[in-house]
Amino acid sequence: MTLQSLDIVRRSATTTPSPRARGAHTGEVAKLIDVSKCIGCKACQVACMEWNDLRDEIGTCSGHYDNPADLSAQSWTLMRFTEYENPDSGHLEWLIRKDGCMHCAHPGCLEACPSPGAIVKYANGIVDFHEEHCIGCGYCITGCPFNIPRISRKDGKAYKCTLCSDRVAVGLEPACVKTCPTGAIVFGSKDDMKQHAAERIEDLKSRGFANAGLYDPAGVGGTHVMYVLHHADQPQLYANLPAQPKIGAMVGLWKGAAKPVALLAMAATILAGFLHYIGIGPNETDERDEEAARRELEKPS
Amino acid sequence: MNASREIVRYTAPTRINHWLVAIGFVLAALSGLALFHPALFWLSHLFGGGPWTRILHPFIGLFMFIVFVLLALKVGRDNRMQAADWTWLRHARDVVANREQDLPEVGRYNAGQKLLYFLIVLCLLVLLLSGLVIWRAYFSLYFSIGLVRLASVLHAIAATVLVCAIIVHIYAAIWVKGSLRAMTRGTVTPGWAWKHHRAWFREVARGAAKPRT
Ligand code: HEM
Ligand code: SF4
Repeated sequence: MTLQSLDIVRRSATTTPSPRARGAHTGEVAKLIDVSKCIGCKACQVACMEWNDLRDEIGTCSGHYDNPADLSAQSWTLMRFTEYENPDSGHLEWLIRKDGCMHCAHPGCLEACPSPGAIVKYANGIVDFHEEHCIGCGYCITGCPFNIPRISRKDGKAYKCTLCSDRVAVGLEPACVKTCPTGAIVFGSKDDMKQHAAERIEDLKSRGFANAGLYDPAGVGGTHVMYVLHHADQPQLYANLPAQPKIGAMVGLWKGAAKPVALLAMAATILAGFLHYIGIGPNETDERDEEAARRELEKPS
Repeated sequence: MNASREIVRYTAPTRINHWLVAIGFVLAALSGLALFHPALFWLSHLFGGGPWTRILHPFIGLFMFIVFVLLALKVGRDNRMQAADWTWLRHARDVVANREQDLPEVGRYNAGQKLLYFLIVLCLLVLLLSGLVIWRAYFSLYFSIGLVRLASVLHAIAATVLVCAIIVHIYAAIWVKGSLRAMTRGTVTPGWAWKHHRAWFREVARGAAKPRT
């Protein structure tokens, strides 16, 4: 929903500036998820349901801990569990990643969306869907490098994590952050979160995780949801977290060059017709043609 | 040929079919273009707003495809390229300059019309296949994200080519006077047929070409 207290820096399918007189002078926000501290209790999933009034259908056991089995219009965040046998240490590691919208600085969904104002990026970095403007085409799914948006079967609109933009707008932290019992999810300015991450990474390195690091992928301009990973060199280990996410080449072509080139081609074709008509003129059939035709028709065959 | 010596070019069923394709095309193009560029989003108001445009467009596209196939089957025979057509194409400059006297005799369709026919067939096949892949409500979930992205680009490209092709097609009807009535009333004057489609004119004159379509 539109929040007057947050300023918009980008708006889908809009070519004029968005309301942005008030800036985010305290800096951009970020949520930091420390995967090494997560115990997989899913309290954040429950908090998300409660705050956003979401109730997914009760599913069936799919044989692993992921529950529900996938994100949906009613489940905006989901713990994804991976059992990883570390070849170096021989240990079995339980990698638990809280999946959900990453709030990219260059959001592929916003790039792809054809409906003015259905997706906005606030000055504080949050990427939000305004469902009242959503037409349900699903282009955001096509554009997203993280496979996050889901179209609701109830209303045909797209939904995803809002980073609790409604809470953040009034100075509260997101519901998942508030509820996390281990402090694995923290929230603050992006700078502070990076600093906090650096301390965590140092600690992890001292405990033998030489490749510990921050996941803030540059391919999408950085994200406003970041992870501390014990194996930052192999993000794919964490339920296929993309190593180098970026807006796909096809999406770039479709939403970039194709649009102006196509409109220009159509306009040029019309212009060519106009110039031809004015310059060379119509091709008319005159009396001589009719006469010639008549002669041929009357010729005994 | 009827009493006023006019030549029948299209029978009523063909004319109706043609205009169904035309209506389908205009509606498909307008609803598609609404989603293609922000500058054209206002076109969605013609269809009852954004969600209705999104819902209706694929069905309109399917409608156009089906009625086009019927038309294409009817006129396909007369659109096969022949040796003389390539000579005709080499004289494209004369065509554009209205100097028809130097051109090889043309059958029911000239080489330009034939190429346009094949281009439209190709575009519609691409539009149909890619359109199904990007139809989020029913089909996209069966395809990989890479394929959906490729189909999105292909759909946009094929739509652009088709729109340009149809602009050429419409302009040709404005440019070559006496053509439009072939699709409205079904007849052309003997002079028109003699001038633009002489080989076909002679077939008709010999009584060899009964209007099939
Ligand atoms: C053959 C059957 C067709 C099908 C199944 C189809 C399907 C689709 C679908 C599913 C979309 C996405 C928006 C939506 O969900 O409504 C779309 C977009 C579009 N369609 Fe079609 N379509 C067809 C034919 C056509 C035709 C004949 C045109 C006319 C030129 C056309 C032009 C477009 C354009 C310009 C877009 C927007 C593309 C973009 O956003 O880049 N389509 N089509
Ligand atoms: S489904 Fe809604 S939010 Fe997603 S691209 Fe389409 S209009 Fe935009």
